[in-house]
Amino acid sequence: MKSGSNLEKVLTAGHFAFTGELGPPRGTDADEVRKKASHLKGMVDAVNITDNQTAVVRMSSWAASIIILQEGLEPNYQMVCRDRNRLAMQSDILGAYAHGIRNMLCLSGDHQKFGDHPQAKGVFDIDSMQLIGMVKRMRDEGKFLGGTEIGHPPKIFIGAAANPFADPFEWRVHRLAKKIKAGVDFIQTQCIYNMEKFRTWVKQANEMGLTEKVYLLAGVTPMKSVGMAKYMKNNVPGMDVPDELIKRLQGVDKKLQADEGIKIACEQIEEFKQLKGVAGVHLMAIEWEHKVPEIAERAKMLPRPVV
Amino acid sequence: MIVAKRKPFNEIKSLLKDYKKVLNVGCGTCVAVCLAGGEKEVAILNAELDMARKIEDNPVEMGAITVERQCDMEYLEVLDSMVNEYDALLSMACGAGIQFLAERYPGKPVLPAVDTTFIGVNQAVGWYEERCRSCSSCVLGLTGGICPVTMCAKGLYNGPCGGTNNGSCEIDKNQPCAWYMIYERLKGQNRLDCIMEITPPPEWQNQIPRTVIQPGYKKPEKA
Repeated sequence: MKSGSNLEKVLTAGHFAFTGELGPPRGTDADEVRKKASHLKGMVDAVNITDNQTAVVRMSSWAASIIILQEGLEPNYQMVCRDRNRLAMQSDILGAYAHGIRNMLCLSGDHQKFGDHPQAKGVFDIDSMQLIGMVKRMRDEGKFLGGTEIGHPPKIFIGAAANPFADPFEWRVHRLAKKIKAGVDFIQTQCIYNMEKFRTWVKQANEMGLTEKVYLLAGVTPMKSVGMAKYMKNNVPGMDVPDELIKRLQGVDKKLQADEGIKIACEQIEEFKQLKGVAGVHLMAIEWEHKVPEIAERAKMLPRPVV
Repeated sequence: MIVAKRKPFNEIKSLLKDYKKVLNVGCGTCVAVCLAGGEKEVAILNAELDMARKIEDNPVEMGAITVERQCDMEYLEVLDSMVNEYDALLSMACGAGIQFLAERYPGKPVLPAVDTTFIGVNQAVGWYEERCRSCSSCVLGLTGGICPVTMCAKGLYNGPCGGTNNGSCEIDKNQPCAWYMIYERLKGQNRLDCIMEITPPPEWQNQIPRTVIQPGYKKPEKA
């Protein structure tokens, strides 16, 4: 075991993993975190706690991670390169580990231009690839990036993201290979809607032997409405929403669109369970945490394994 | 070249408000080429200041001179006999030139008339684009001659990120994705192996003032 986290145990035992997502509040109310967490408890193996997502200031990821640890859930502590340099990153990792955090997700981060402080200086001292390598070095060599020894190195299960849909498509699988070389243990993909393209990407990864070296969690975000689908298609960079999916949602009564969205998500999850190279699903039910129990039930992901 | 743009007129006017006699020093190199601070721009700014101060009933006497390069001491000598006649110097050179001028005349207020913007190229007359952040550790040999530090909005050494959008950067549809361009160029040259390996964390060298002494030269002993 690299970290002994629940997520690592579930994946190494060969179970099909199911992870959730929780966005910390824009304020100090810990109960808001607890309330969201209550919907996820027992439903998922770990919860990704976002780090100032879309470059909007929120409660820090490590702080919200500690709150959900206290609630009996396992956090997946997200860290972006946009907001801190290598000193701050490493000290936050030490502190997070000291508080019991065992999983991390290493990201570059959305550009600050999108957020509530577009005038901020983007740090990007190191990039996501280099962050993965840094965490691995801290864990496996017991050394800081600068080379000095760490007392009681943090044993972190290292995650990262992959977007199979952003161009150039042919390069995406090679970028995955680079992240594996850097030392990533698991991958969360961008929300998948274009199944055909995803299948092609996974096939490439299988052929290159990559899926034997990394646990691939397929990203699923159920559509709540036609409006959301259109917004994702047109406004979210790197998102690939096929017209057929929008048509399918348009084909049902407005009141039933959310249900249809969940139905589509469940069909996807069914396919991912069978798809060679996919080790689990990362469910990003954005501001829809209370729907996770229903989705988990309908996708036949319950009960979650105890390893 | 170094590209600059003139500061807003009111800001310049405000910087000069307490001075009655000001020497405006242009620079004949980079800022002249990018139409920000050469001889012509010195004359235009002086005329504007002269008129504005007359209207305010607070006239200013503006002197004008444009030297070859303000970042070179030998070209500043010509000013030695002039500066004492003035209350302040206004410099239309880049930030380096302004500081060199201030260093030569430490007793005189030296004020900037331009905002130094970037190291860039001349796409057409009046149209300049940034290309270099002078990071001191050039990776252009690996990246197909396209700088990820300058041209990628996140300065990624191992891009592209997941925000590439039909070849554009996630921040703006009109901003090409640097890593998309790097990929396309290296693919065209059959050199994709250049970016297959991970580029390690950079050793940032542009965090403190740097000095370059070329081989065969040395810093003169202090007299």
